[in-house]
Amino acid sequence: MGGRDNPGHDGISVGESMDRAMDLKTLSTPHAPVRCFESGSGTPLVFLHGAGGLLAEDPFLAALAEKFHVHAPLLPGYGDSEEAPNLRDMLDVTLHTLEVVDALGLMDPILVGHSMGGMIAAEMAAIDNHRFSRLVLIAPAGLWLDDHPIPDLFSAVPYEYPALLFHDAEAGAALMTRGVNFDDLEWLKGFLVTNARQLGMAGKLLFPIPDRGLKDRLYRIKAKTLLIWGDSDRLIPPVYAQAFKKGIANATLASVPEAGHMAIWEQTAKVVAAVEKFA
Amino acid sequence: MKFTWFNLMPWPYLPEDFRDRHRSVWVDIDSSLFDPVKAHEVYNTYLDLLEYASTLGFDGIGVNEHHQNAYGLMPSPNLIASALARRTKDVALVVLGNSIALYNPPVRVAEEFAMLDCISGGRLVAGFPVGTSMDTNYCYGQIPALTREKYAEAHDLIIRAWTEKKPFAFDGRYTKLRHVNIWPRPVQQPHPPVHIPGGGSVETYDFCIDNTYSYSYLSFSGYIRAKALMDGYWKRVAQRGAPDDSPCRAGFAQTICVADTDAEAERLYAKHVSYFYNRCLHVFAGFADAPGYRTIKTIQTGALSQYAPPRGWGEIGWKELTEGGHVIAGSPETVRQRMEDLIKTLRVGNIFCLMHVGDMPKEKCMHSTRLFAEKVMPKLRGLYPEWEDDSRFWCHPIRQVAPASLPKEALAAE
Repeated sequence: MGGRDNPGHDGISVGESMDRAMDLKTLSTPHAPVRCFESGSGTPLVFLHGAGGLLAEDPFLAALAEKFHVHAPLLPGYGDSEEAPNLRDMLDVTLHTLEVVDALGLMDPILVGHSMGGMIAAEMAAIDNHRFSRLVLIAPAGLWLDDHPIPDLFSAVPYEYPALLFHDAEAGAALMTRGVNFDDLEWLKGFLVTNARQLGMAGKLLFPIPDRGLKDRLYRIKAKTLLIWGDSDRLIPPVYAQAFKKGIANATLASVPEAGHMAIWEQTAKVVAAVEKFA
Repeated sequence: MKFTWFNLMPWPYLPEDFRDRHRSVWVDIDSSLFDPVKAHEVYNTYLDLLEYASTLGFDGIGVNEHHQNAYGLMPSPNLIASALARRTKDVALVVLGNSIALYNPPVRVAEEFAMLDCISGGRLVAGFPVGTSMDTNYCYGQIPALTREKYAEAHDLIIRAWTEKKPFAFDGRYTKLRHVNIWPRPVQQPHPPVHIPGGGSVETYDFCIDNTYSYSYLSFSGYIRAKALMDGYWKRVAQRGAPDDSPCRAGFAQTICVADTDAEAERLYAKHVSYFYNRCLHVFAGFADAPGYRTIKTIQTGALSQYAPPRGWGEIGWKELTEGGHVIAGSPETVRQRMEDLIKTLRVGNIFCLMHVGDMPKEKCMHSTRLFAEKVMPKLRGLYPEWEDDSRFWCHPIRQVAPASLPKEALAAE
């Protein structure tokens, strides 16, 4: 494994405390050992995280686990998981994540993805299109509209994140800056390493434009699909919800008021309720 | 010792309040600050200065590649080198270099460098940088975490294109070509000498050592801060079992300003140095280092991007810059002492002399350049007598044909 000497920090990577709240196990795949959180009981649900990864004691996963049997695998390079240099492009990551679902022994879980995870989930449902019957995309990446360019997350500096990601930027900043100390060089080094591992991986799918041709494959998605979108998403604005809705045959949209791109943290109960109603 | 006169080609008309009103000199710099009519003069002045340096005894004249950057007006260094090839003789053309991960297919670089080598009669020194994150990722859209793999593949393809005598097929991950058979071929055999700019990663040290390439550290922080990095390189040279520790295995870029006295140097050059450090290095932190561009190992060594120093460049003045060695400035004797210190402590046989600084006007630049060439450089030449004949890292020109060698038109006589 990647080891515990990799200094993480709240807000971007997975903290120790979550290991206690949820089971953390390691799955074997052809590309890399995959770290996967598991909690709850009932209908199996696979959650694919966004480019920022999971929070320590992620409130969304915890709430979801009260209703479902949640499996949340980490993309290689995230948290304490090993990197997978052989995953280079969209197809690699799509097939890899299908392998992860296989390794979990699940045939047709509810497939849920947020942001970059939504992009991966949509690709999985388009490629393996007889497998998944229920797909939930929460503010997914993957499309590009020239008239509504998505801000460049890769050149944003940390203090710009809250305004891009949250309806309530101030509360978002408080959530993201727990434990942050840019004046401490050792902390900074840890932050840069985590960032390089996580966003370096995300860049393979999202840099410089988060479009890897998904729009040409959306038509293949047969799953009943729920789109969930924060009304004040400034990273991937809600106009993208319409584009996804248009592209996927069997899609409905649940808009979430007073929520930004991180609707899963800002309006956790409403998002979980929408998933529950859909499932 | 090889001395290369270098010009980054900065745009000299950035306004005084540039730092306050603009977030970056690079990537998304305000295009209204560029004036093509003024650029006509700027380019021609800078070409004149490079040609001037070539007449004063410098071993090389140097150019490099940047994109969407107001301190580097050379998106295509090969165009500049090509113009210089025609107007200079004997001097090396140091193209430091072409960011080879950006070219599709990379044989384009093999071809253009071969053209330059033919036009110049074997005077090319070829640089292969990965390119800064600003250039490679933010301007040219390369995926950060894949940039180095693409770079390595491009390097292999270029060297094979230069050296293999028969057409070959290349099945790379990033480039697939059925018939690689470049035409023309370089004058220098098996290929022009290669210099690799690096920023402290062990992988790059090994790459240079294993291929007999010269490792160049291009820093704006000066030679005193470079010591730890260069020590790391030389340690690696020994560990890796390189056959020798010739100083020609390494190069360093240094900003240099020479005047008759130390006080005169400050009077003449301080404001141009300030222009460079205050305005030209004003890079938005978000563009300095795309996540995934640096290897984890490199970040763990503490090598942070020089474009995002912890407290910014803006507050640093002449005294600190000269004392800290960012800039070596003063009388010929002061500069000689400090250059000797640099050459000995870093053990470098290639010096890239950054002698045009910021918005320095041509007269001052010529003055500083001439003083360095006449009163400093000759005294630095003999510092490594035992390696005088090490020619592995420098070009090997053939007999030069003079340009404008056409006969008078004679057909009318028939």
